[in-house]
Amino acid sequence: MASALPGLPLAAAVGEVGEGFFKERTGATLPCQARPSHLFCWDWATEHINRFGTPTVQQFELVVISVLIGFAIAFGLALLAHRFRLLQWPLLAGTGILFAIPSVAFFLLLLPITGTGRETAIIALSAYTLQIIYRNVMSGLANVPESAKDAARGMGLTDRQILWRVELPLAIPEIVGGLRIATVSTVAIATLAVFVNAGGLGTQIYSESNLTFPTAIIIAGGIAMLMALAFDAVFLTVQRLATPWRRAAAEASA
Amino acid sequence: MNPPTQGYKVAPVPAAEVTGQSQSGASSVTYRGATKRYANASAPAVDHLDLEVAAGEICVLVGPSGCGKTTSMRMVNRMIEMTEGDILIGGESIKRRDAARLRREIGYVIQQVGLFPHRTIAQNIATVPQLLGWDRERVRARTSELLDLVGLDPELADRYPVQLSGGQQQRVGVARALAVDPPVMLMDEPFGAIDPINRERLQNEFLRLQAEIRKTVLFVTHDIDEAIKMGDRIAIMKEHGRVEQYATPAEVLMAPANEFVEDFVGADRALKRLSLMRVRDIRLWKAPLARAGQATAEVRAALDAPEVEVPYALLVDDRERPRGWLTTRDLAGDTVPATADAPLGPVLETGDVMRDALADLLQGESMYAPVVDHGGAVVGILSVEIISEFLASPEAKTEEQPAVERPRG
Repeated sequence: MASALPGLPLAAAVGEVGEGFFKERTGATLPCQARPSHLFCWDWATEHINRFGTPTVQQFELVVISVLIGFAIAFGLALLAHRFRLLQWPLLAGTGILFAIPSVAFFLLLLPITGTGRETAIIALSAYTLQIIYRNVMSGLANVPESAKDAARGMGLTDRQILWRVELPLAIPEIVGGLRIATVSTVAIATLAVFVNAGGLGTQIYSESNLTFPTAIIIAGGIAMLMALAFDAVFLTVQRLATPWRRAAAEASA
Repeated sequence: MNPPTQGYKVAPVPAAEVTGQSQSGASSVTYRGATKRYANASAPAVDHLDLEVAAGEICVLVGPSGCGKTTSMRMVNRMIEMTEGDILIGGESIKRRDAARLRREIGYVIQQVGLFPHRTIAQNIATVPQLLGWDRERVRARTSELLDLVGLDPELADRYPVQLSGGQQQRVGVARALAVDPPVMLMDEPFGAIDPINRERLQNEFLRLQAEIRKTVLFVTHDIDEAIKMGDRIAIMKEHGRVEQYATPAEVLMAPANEFVEDFVGADRALKRLSLMRVRDIRLWKAPLARAGQATAEVRAALDAPEVEVPYALLVDDRERPRGWLTTRDLAGDTVPATADAPLGPVLETGDVMRDALADLLQGESMYAPVVDHGGAVVGILSVEIISEFLASPEAKTEEQPAVERPRG
């Protein structure tokens, strides 16, 4: 989906959005900038590193807010489907359809409805996380051993107590796993927020001048990658701390 | 008319002494026409079940799969709701009770144990106490008490279920079910998933435990041997939860109510009788005893005596605890050596169930095994021959006559 490198027609569709940063790169002054297909220009990088600060923060905010909203919705839907089994498939299909919309198209389709800006980007990004998180919460709940649920009921836990004390804790590994995938992919897709003028690292990637001068792409892409890895590491740590019994299981089978 | 006894005293393992009145913390369970009908089934799963389980007794529901025994059991804590009839616990209908609250007062043990994998052993055991809002100190005291009761090392308290063996997990399951000292316990094939050797140990442990706690237990199994061993009374069920016979194990073995029961109990009823006997119920043989330092001439003389039943001398210590079997080589010197040449093999206790004793003998590939009392002192020798003679004796063939006193209750 991220293969939709904006050529000219796309830039035209975005309209005035891209104007600002297209202009910034003209008037090359540094020697390596003038050379065609020069992969990485250190001089330019050191001189312009500050310009990546705000986009990085924007990117981070987009990801965190979108995943939080996506998680809240998907988790709620999963609990609903867990309680009312009939909803399971319609919800899976619904979130699946959202997930299947090509990302650039999704952003642009939202434009006439919600206009440009961060809200539009967050709507699209949250929608993308729904399927992954919903699916993982559901499969986490489905994998809870039947015997543990039966014993819980037999000991007098109410349905709600079984859900919060037995099923959800046991589903943590899969739920966090879903959050990991959702977050990492959101970091990538959030670079497209630039098309609805929502900022982010995309502002440094999608530029006409970058086609011949990839240094900014490499820096912005690198930051996005590091961000994804950092999120991944955070979730892994959370997962480990929240599930001490899994370590016990690993030791027991070792 | 008594058959020749050949010196064997045959008595059934006593049924629980208590039959009617409530023991400390046990309640009777009464089925009154309890019926379970599923919406899309033509015949009811359980059809008008009437059954009275006395307080403090183990009642085993046994029968072929699909006979409704588990359904019958699960109706008691309303895991399955009756469609008709009633069940009373301690005289009170369960229908008027809130299902979750009712279940907290009924111990529940299932075959797959169902421990919570994400909670430690202590947390698992504390499940119901926590639901009932016990304070932490009380919960902790009770947890260690229970671990001790089911014979688990207190160090296991902070482990997770996955770190325990199957047998240990099932002990935790029993401890968890006993946490708030419920008057009634439901056990659904609790030892079904355990390997045979550990199953036997767990069964024995539970019987010992039950002798102490005297709960009213509904125990479901498809294994007639387990039913005979565990039950004070056995309800043998046919499809739709129809009880074909409800009686003590001895009665079921000696006087099967009908052909169905007879078939279900099986052709090897004589062998099964061994499950009802303890080693102390049979006349044991005597072996010449020898002590280290004793003159071997004395021992050899004892072995040569005409009335000797065991052709080997048993080396014992100063408290008559068996140490080994002496061979001819051991007796070649002037005095009995301190260690015996031949290994001791299995050692049985007077309280062991005869069937297990036979299994031990066969497993140890030994002809003879010393039987010891609580203090570990030798009281006699059990041999495979004694058991096979018993099985061949008319008393063991129970078809013809009720040679054995009717068990009480």
